[in-house]
Amino acid sequence: METPFAITLDAGTSRANHTGSWRIERPLYVDRLPPCNNACPAGEDIQGWLYEAESGNYEAAWRKLVEVNPLPAVMGRICFHPCETACNRVQVDDAVGINAVERFLGDLAIEHGWTLPATALDTGKRILVVGAGPAGLSATYHLRRLGHQVRLVDSAEQLGGMMRYGIPAYRLPRATLDAEIARIVDVGVEVVVGHAVRDIEAERRAGKFDAVFLAVGAQIGKRVDIPAGDSSKVIDAVSFLHQVAQGDPPLLGRRVAVYGGGDTALDAARTARRLGATDAVIIYRRNRERMPAHGEELEQALGEGVTMRWLSTVDRFEDGRLVLETMRLGDQGSPEPTGEYEELDADALLLALGQDTDLSLLEGAHDVVVNDGVVEVQPTMMTGEDGVFAGGDAVPADRTATVAVGHGKRAARGIDAYVMGTALESAPKHELATFDTLNTWYYTDAPRTQRPELERIRRQTNFEEVVGGLTEENALFEARRCLSCGNCFECDNCYGVCPDNAVIKLGAGQRYQFDFDFCKGCGICVKECPCGAITMVPERI
Amino acid sequence: MTRQPVRFYQVGSFAVGNRLLDDEDRTVQSNPNRTNSIDSGHRACQGCGEVLGARYALDAAMRASNGQLVAVNATGCLEVFSTPYPETSWRIAWLHSLFGNAPAVATGVAAAMRVKGKSEVRVVAQAGDGGTVDIGFGCLSGMFERNDDVLFICYDNQGYMNTGVQRSAATPPAARTATTVTAGPEPGNVFGQGKDLPRIAMAHDIPYVATATVADLHDLEQKVERAMEIHGARYLHVLVPCPLGWGSASNETIHIARLAKETGLFPVFEAEHGTVTAVSPIRRRTPVEEYLKLQRRYAHLFGQTPRPDIVARLQEIADENIARYGLITNDSEDSVSTGVTA
Repeated sequence: METPFAITLDAGTSRANHTGSWRIERPLYVDRLPPCNNACPAGEDIQGWLYEAESGNYEAAWRKLVEVNPLPAVMGRICFHPCETACNRVQVDDAVGINAVERFLGDLAIEHGWTLPATALDTGKRILVVGAGPAGLSATYHLRRLGHQVRLVDSAEQLGGMMRYGIPAYRLPRATLDAEIARIVDVGVEVVVGHAVRDIEAERRAGKFDAVFLAVGAQIGKRVDIPAGDSSKVIDAVSFLHQVAQGDPPLLGRRVAVYGGGDTALDAARTARRLGATDAVIIYRRNRERMPAHGEELEQALGEGVTMRWLSTVDRFEDGRLVLETMRLGDQGSPEPTGEYEELDADALLLALGQDTDLSLLEGAHDVVVNDGVVEVQPTMMTGEDGVFAGGDAVPADRTATVAVGHGKRAARGIDAYVMGTALESAPKHELATFDTLNTWYYTDAPRTQRPELERIRRQTNFEEVVGGLTEENALFEARRCLSCGNCFECDNCYGVCPDNAVIKLGAGQRYQFDFDFCKGCGICVKECPCGAITMVPERI
Repeated sequence: MTRQPVRFYQVGSFAVGNRLLDDEDRTVQSNPNRTNSIDSGHRACQGCGEVLGARYALDAAMRASNGQLVAVNATGCLEVFSTPYPETSWRIAWLHSLFGNAPAVATGVAAAMRVKGKSEVRVVAQAGDGGTVDIGFGCLSGMFERNDDVLFICYDNQGYMNTGVQRSAATPPAARTATTVTAGPEPGNVFGQGKDLPRIAMAHDIPYVATATVADLHDLEQKVERAMEIHGARYLHVLVPCPLGWGSASNETIHIARLAKETGLFPVFEAEHGTVTAVSPIRRRTPVEEYLKLQRRYAHLFGQTPRPDIVARLQEIADENIARYGLITNDSEDSVSTGVTA
């Protein structure tokens, strides 16, 4: 090309000028750990399945969910959702209704008959799982997925453990429980019901099991010595709930007092109301702030007419009259007696003072360490005895069904490593996606969708489910409220805000890539990423 | 103009793209095949707001005109950093003449296209605030008066940045520039001077006048699209923060533009034939301090000898804008009470 006077070069593109050389810091795409995932005792990838649900891809969402938790319809009802407490959206408007979406997905799966994923090739290893509560069922499922044979043994006539015999039907309808248990059993499990294991070592030897998972729960209601007249009716709440679940409720009378401040106390009081008690009074020695029961449950109980006697202990029970001692909170928050007494008319007293574990089956397993009534376990969930693992309420942890599901999964991985002779490797945890890593400007305000509740007057008299489910439209809306903390959801912000066109869009599902030939390291993409999925790192010079 | 409200899709309508939306409902900038009117390798500073504003506006204009677009450029940063011979960053038909004559050159291009019968070719002229409010002002006013078929876009970074940060008639009061030093009882640029060009343009009764910032891409693209639907003289004034001249961190560019709007210091609105037809209401009202403190050009208002009196006067300007354009609606929230920062 002939160039004009004093011009020596052809016109060319500025792409010849690699402005990447200006950079002293470079952006880096990261995946941070969303606080919901971090808080989930079962270890669910909540952000991950919400991401699928947002696009209306409910089956994919459910499949992601059951990779960890085989009981989503159950957990969507009874989990106390620590994920929602941890949710970053709390600081924008209100937590994402994770639990409600989980239930929606769980119910949808039952409705459509979606089946659990196929199991791996048979390893030939045999595992004995004792106890078919949430821990035992979860372990069974995960062991089967890894290709091990499982015999699942329970002393009761039906599977489910405390989910069936402890949690009242108005919180967990039995049809839902049955459907999710059946789905696990259908994966191919040898089930033995009505069989109480007396000696774990003998049972293990007789069945030639390579490992044992102990998930016997905490089934025995704690008793305290309360002076009571011969005619006074004192029952422990666990037995009471068990009898109700079996369709054989004991006669309590019109005025029922419940002693204790945990979830079992609330379940017992609400169940008593449904059985016809006009007065259901919970007696608790501390105050509301120090009550171990979950706030949501308490609100529901109060809404059903259950009343509370805070700062009181039961001194004695005689002739239809409870004598209560008034307490006060000491400096450390522990209740102290005041020496003042009052009386309360009652026909029956239910004791909900905590539960103990029956560990008599461990007598032959000498290396198992039992401390404070529960079994000590390693991070792999193995007890001191080789090949004997334990989880759920029988080990020291929060006693919730979700924790138990998490134990089951962890134990399955521990057992797998043990029987296969491999080392258990866990991926390093990502850095937590805290609220300050988000740019919340980009999220539109959207209040939470509340689940409908049965009208109070109806639920006082029957065992219909209290909390209803979300409609599809509401569940989708709720899923889309997820901020996707710490994980790219392809909003194109980085691609759009780069002044140097140095972000390459790789296409749906493929995310983005930086073009370091031209990235000047200004950091706008980091600042404007809604979910905190980009960070700046010093450039190596 | 009618806007299709986006259903609640996780990030609503604020982010650039959205995987849950159909392609045609997404922004031009989210499209992997966008024009990239100004290409990589340009020499704009790290975090330059002007190059962003130019790409946003021109890519949208390219889509609206099916690629039949000629851009005329005044002298200024945008011209200097994009075309150091022999390199050019422009991937569109682009023409540069002088600092002051861009509106006149654009008029000429439009006339030439008309004569050649190429009615489909649209003309955009663009300049910084210096080329618009000062040096090119006479030509621009003439172009408006004749209602020539040109969309004129001003990228307002509030000063002559490329020559070393001198004051322009768009520099805001109290701001430090090389020519408005921070000395004396009234440090920085004086109050009561300068030109409000969107209102001057409106006074010409031209068909369309709008303001926008690089912080709200959807709004900016919709305004370009609207402007391209109209024939005659149109004016778009885009606020583009300048990390160099404003003394702000390079990653704050969009954040600062957002705050300019949320404080009320930069009202975002559109007008047709001299009448305001729509405003972008403030979403999270923010005191001006939060905007000023991010910029070293206002550092003399804080620090060891703070000037709350001057900050209060700037707040007054913001409040007057809010009142004049009705920027507070029922949906606006007070950022002080929510603790959420914009």
